[in-house]
Amino acid sequence: MPWDRNQMAERAAQELEDGMYVNLGIGIPTLVANYVGDKDITLQSENGMLGMGPFPYEGEEDPDLINAGKQTITELARTSYFDSAQSFGMIRGGKIAAAILGAMEVAENGDLANWMIPGKLVKGMGGAMDLVAGVGRVIVVMDHTNKKGESKILKSCTLPLTGKGVVDRIITNLGVLDVAHKGLHVVELAPGVTRADLEAATEATLV
Amino acid sequence: MKKVYGSASEALDGLLFDGMFIAAGGFGLCGIPELLIDAIKDAGTKDITIASNNCGVDDFGLGVLLQTKQIKKMLSSYVGENAEFMRQYLSGELELEFNPQGTLAERMRAGGCGIPGFYTKTGVGTVIAEGKESKMFNGEEFILEEGIFADLSIVKAWKADDTGNLIFRKTARNFNPPAAMCGKVCVAEVEEIVPRGSLDPDCIHLPGIYVHRLVQGAHEKRIEQRTVRTREEA
Repeated sequence: MPWDRNQMAERAAQELEDGMYVNLGIGIPTLVANYVGDKDITLQSENGMLGMGPFPYEGEEDPDLINAGKQTITELARTSYFDSAQSFGMIRGGKIAAAILGAMEVAENGDLANWMIPGKLVKGMGGAMDLVAGVGRVIVVMDHTNKKGESKILKSCTLPLTGKGVVDRIITNLGVLDVAHKGLHVVELAPGVTRADLEAATEATLV
Repeated sequence: MKKVYGSASEALDGLLFDGMFIAAGGFGLCGIPELLIDAIKDAGTKDITIASNNCGVDDFGLGVLLQTKQIKKMLSSYVGENAEFMRQYLSGELELEFNPQGTLAERMRAGGCGIPGFYTKTGVGTVIAEGKESKMFNGEEFILEEGIFADLSIVKAWKADDTGNLIFRKTARNFNPPAAMCGKVCVAEVEEIVPRGSLDPDCIHLPGIYVHRLVQGAHEKRIEQRTVRTREEA
């Protein structure tokens, strides 16, 4: 059985080490916070916060306290606030150990596309380009194929890039792949998924 | 010099002109200068270029200046919350320059610090790098981004003293300090103005040197996405 959304998030949480400062994207990456267990992880929200807490209880929402997805959140004992220039200073400066984010396409050379589809509504890149250029490690969590069953892991991206050669590791419903020299290295297969299954669902070169 | 004004309109008196460039603080609807935006709407200033991370929603924040067609161009990183924005952009009425969020924040900060340009690796190899000078540092490519120098900054803080020292609250700080720094003149709206000496000097987020005019008022502080968890049974 390939991994479901929660199992992908659980697998991605294994990438995090005690003491890390981490930025989680919207979607499956947000679920990673549910699986960090006893590890001492500090979550960054790029609008200007370290130490992001869970959603507030009903009636305790604070309009001055939101995450990068504009959702109401809470603070923790460790929380600090700062302005957006400093926030992206710590991102660009390599102080954030890892970013876990979703993608539309990833190429075998680590190119990432996750911000626009030409001809469709363009909403903007937000902080994605800064994050992938700046953080220590970029981990993509996404379904291996799109709704039409086509591979999202390609020889080269067809969509406009968010970053060039920025992805380190890809975690999909089928397994775990690392961007390596001349292709993608298969690190792990989801339970019941064979190497042949993975090859059939992947356009990129597997090494 | 007196910095405290009686209303947002008075605080903007003599500062607005057609074709001007405004830097605005706020992220989404959090920490936005809602009173000053309304006053600019009432003033009817046209052809404004605005640097702001977002452009509000259709009926709140900078979105109200789209409804009145007062905005010529936006410099933003994300505009997905706004149907009127998309309509005007797709019909060619509105110009848009996408900036990566951190690049936008740093462009404001740099402008405020007298830095006309800086090199960043954000956007290298993407459409953002097109037409921009690039340079290698230690074997890695960086692109040149320019500081923002605005005619006017409009920001929202939590508290101010009457000399313009500002304190922000939680994530409502966001783009407000860098936006405040990059304008020739900065007008700040706050929830409370207290006498000098009432704020701990060690806890000032933005010194009053950056803030030229102040106005106090009640804020709606609308929540864009209310997310909650349920209380577990004891």
